[in-house]
Amino acid sequence: MITIRLNGAEVRVEKGWTILEACKFYGIAIPTLCYNEGLSPYGGCRLCLVEIGGGLKTKLVSSCTYPVEEGLVVNTDTKRVIETRRMMIELMISIAPNSKTIQDLASKFGVTKVRFKIRNEECILCGLCVRICREQMDGKAIGFQNRGYKRKISTPFDIRSEECRLCGGCIYICPACQLRCQGPQPDTAVCNACLTMDPTCLDHYDELQCWMYDAGRCGTCVREKTEKKKTMKNKL
Amino acid sequence: MKFNKIDKILEKFNMQKSQLISILQDIQNEFNFLPMEVLGYVAEKLGIPFSLVYHLATFYKTFSLKRRGRHLINVCLGTACHIRGGVRILEKIERDLNIKSGSITLDSKFSLEVVRCVGCCSLAPVIRIDDDTHGRLTQGKITPMLKKYE
Repeated sequence: MITIRLNGAEVRVEKGWTILEACKFYGIAIPTLCYNEGLSPYGGCRLCLVEIGGGLKTKLVSSCTYPVEEGLVVNTDTKRVIETRRMMIELMISIAPNSKTIQDLASKFGVTKVRFKIRNEECILCGLCVRICREQMDGKAIGFQNRGYKRKISTPFDIRSEECRLCGGCIYICPACQLRCQGPQPDTAVCNACLTMDPTCLDHYDELQCWMYDAGRCGTCVREKTEKKKTMKNKL
Repeated sequence: MKFNKIDKILEKFNMQKSQLISILQDIQNEFNFLPMEVLGYVAEKLGIPFSLVYHLATFYKTFSLKRRGRHLINVCLGTACHIRGGVRILEKIERDLNIKSGSITLDSKFSLEVVRCVGCCSLAPVIRIDDDTHGRLTQGKITPMLKKYE
């Protein structure tokens, strides 16, 4: 067991954990996108950034890949972290504005405008599909190719791979191509329906009874409606 | 068969997965480029995913998946060479060989590629043919120089 300082509190964590695991253990929420418990950490989406180090010299690291060490000072909710996180969401929306996962994140963290050129590339290169294919499905069919602005994910030589069993694991795990966001307007790119829309259902049903659940969730439950939830509890 | 040569290269590196880049470099020296079947063969022999070998081969600029000529011309278009007329040198070579950069001549004698900075800016504009570096070039020096290569 080693001791770290997590958001100002001295906590004891297991050696070999990452910062993200330690935060999870102590109930501190850190948003993630390219992280999956069943796969090796990749540190590509930069959503799980936290600030480490004390004093004037702090730096941002991805918590899913950074192992804890004795005396480490971690802050998960500083202004710098929150601003960087918003920037990452903004950048990802500019690449894949039709992804519901990313649009939900935008609403959750209050990203209301995108200052970048919309590219509609539909792939944020999070590497989830590559990792699930290699590590869980034993397929090893797809991988990264080229580098820089030409980087993409495909099978070697872009031909049908003999190793691919069409299991669909890559599509299942993809945050950009599986769930489509119905919301975004052509002139704004950010959906923000979850922020602006006032759901009528929340007065009567909680998330588990949501009638839209089977249809893929209306998304309005993403934002925490604290006031309404309180009133609902009072009614009950 | 040509796979014999690859077996020899693989044995030289004791079939080690970690030596993949060196192995690919040796194969490229042998064939001048990385043929598709050979990449598949290496992946199979070393027990590495084919997609990973392809990832590596496309990541580094040294590796070429297209057939290269007997001589490789690298025209430098880094900042210094660009200012001192590297583009004109490139145009002259393209005219002489009648190809565009990134392709190969019909008699597969030359292949032409553009690179960023070969690290001798004092010689700008500079080109490299195989291992020879030619500096302080003018358009007039190109044609006699290319004639020297067989």
